[in-house]
Amino acid sequence: MSVDAKTVSRVAHLARIALPEGEVARMQGEINAMLGFVEQLNEVDVDGVEPMTSVMPMVMKKRADLVTDGGIAAQIVQNAPQSEDDYFMVPKVVE
Amino acid sequence: MTDLTTLTLTEARDGLKAKAFSATELAQAHVAAIEAARVLNAYVLETPEIALKQAEVSDARLAKGEGGWLEGLPLGIKDLYCTAGTRTTACSNILRNFVPTYESTVTSQLWRDGAVMLGKLNNDEFAMGSSNETSAFGPVINPWRRAGSNVSVGAADVEGTHLVPGGSSGGSSSAVAAHLCLAATATDTGGSIRQPAAFTGTVGIKPTYGRCSRWGIVAFASSLDQAGPIGKTVRDCAVMLRSMSGHDPKDTTSVDIAVPDYEKAIGRSVKGMKIGIPKEYRLDGMPAEIEKLWAAGIAWLRAAGAEIVDISLPHTRYALPAYYIVAPAEASSNLARYDGVRYGLREQGRDIAEMYEKTRAAGFGREVQRRIMIGTYVLSAGYYDAYYLRAQKVRTLIKKDFEDVFAAGIHAILTPATPSAAFGIGEKGSADPVEMYLNDIFTVTVNMAGLPGIAVPAGLDAEGLPLGLQLIGRPFDEETLFSLSEVIEQAAGRFSVQQRWWTGA
Repeated sequence: MSVDAKTVSRVAHLARIALPEGEVARMQGEINAMLGFVEQLNEVDVDGVEPMTSVMPMVMKKRADLVTDGGIAAQIVQNAPQSEDDYFMVPKVVE
Repeated sequence: MTDLTTLTLTEARDGLKAKAFSATELAQAHVAAIEAARVLNAYVLETPEIALKQAEVSDARLAKGEGGWLEGLPLGIKDLYCTAGTRTTACSNILRNFVPTYESTVTSQLWRDGAVMLGKLNNDEFAMGSSNETSAFGPVINPWRRAGSNVSVGAADVEGTHLVPGGSSGGSSSAVAAHLCLAATATDTGGSIRQPAAFTGTVGIKPTYGRCSRWGIVAFASSLDQAGPIGKTVRDCAVMLRSMSGHDPKDTTSVDIAVPDYEKAIGRSVKGMKIGIPKEYRLDGMPAEIEKLWAAGIAWLRAAGAEIVDISLPHTRYALPAYYIVAPAEASSNLARYDGVRYGLREQGRDIAEMYEKTRAAGFGREVQRRIMIGTYVLSAGYYDAYYLRAQKVRTLIKKDFEDVFAAGIHAILTPATPSAAFGIGEKGSADPVEMYLNDIFTVTVNMAGLPGIAVPAGLDAEGLPLGLQLIGRPFDEETLFSLSEVIEQAAGRFSVQQRWWTGA
């Protein structure tokens, strides 16, 4: 399988990465080189094989449903590009 | 007095205990060595004030006969580990000014045990690379040079053809090899500890998945990422790993089993151990030097009383293509958090979608963008089954290959660590990314199966560059890897850079 230019632009949008027109062809070539490389996986017979979900089998750990942390709003927004009164600020989303 | 930076971690530990020198003297010697080695670009942030303050505390503890396993020992920290109050970037422009308010579990354990932080080490951006060339801070230079190399230090910079230190933990491997720290933390998703160790004559171990907590380490591919050390010797790595390991309630994949004193495994007899030699790792066109190295490793282990057994791991060749679906898929999901809202870079846009797109285009480098794109594609509607689901099934088969040989009585597997010695900066992967990815062909299977793997230097190539062997172990049997790799280290000897050309002296 290989991707066309339109698909590359669509995937860039899905990934939320601005991809200028002039860069599409290069990215398309690189993605197609990768897809060509992984094509060999089609040789493997995977009938009846379970897909891996956990590399080390273990029972999911659960903790008590208790508040263990909090009251650190100032720390949480400390690295925010823009914040006000412990809120993250973003461009207007709803008109 | 001898140059304190040339000591191994455990020699320095013993020297501090014997009061042959102080932790402050040890830290000062390393701070000076780092200043004189800036052309290597191994450190992206030097923290001498932290180092000297910690050393002072260590000296007070040592004077009272107290102190942890790593008391007063200066380390370098890969810039993927969050350090509270100290900038942590993953060597990406998107995190260029990020100062964590919390400490990764692994580094907090190192400080608990008395270690001293010299600074943050360079790496490939978000650990995506095999040469440290994708770092937003520029490439790292390998302190090793080819025989007769034209590399030297010019008026402002390094001149000539210099070599990569491997990646993604290239700052870690370069710093350890150049004596800019006694040992370093690193991380390994597809070979990022073992390949750089092999390229620099150092030792690196990726422990079993779940052995070290991933909490507070910038995530790349969560089902493959593991922390581990790079050190000058096998023994040094054993001491580091003991401190780095252990259960962490904050990481649900961290395993709650006791941490052994790995140093006790050094020198333990390997007599009667069955060592598997997988025929699938004998590649067409493999350099004769690598073949020779592998044969030498076999002979050394046999001489130590191990039994050599030919084995087959039939799905080996599918590990790398499956990895290049699974890892980008997980990366595309993990890196979705960098959106310019809560931390990191923000580029303005007309609306929020444009802000996201411009921020991510400006903040991520080319390799990272490409991997996010591939990951997004293989997870998108209509392609999920064909790519991602198939790759996860192949991963099950790769793991089963290992389970079968271990069930048949094999204790560990011996392979080459890399298909070649270190290559030149700019030499690989510029036209076809797959060329660079092939570097990890011997290491990536281990991540896919979650197993422990160690790279240990075993010889030099015709150009005088170090080459490494890899030992792969059963889950949570790092001790056997330490015992076996020390046999190789004893037989092969240690490989150190002979001349500190980078100081310009």
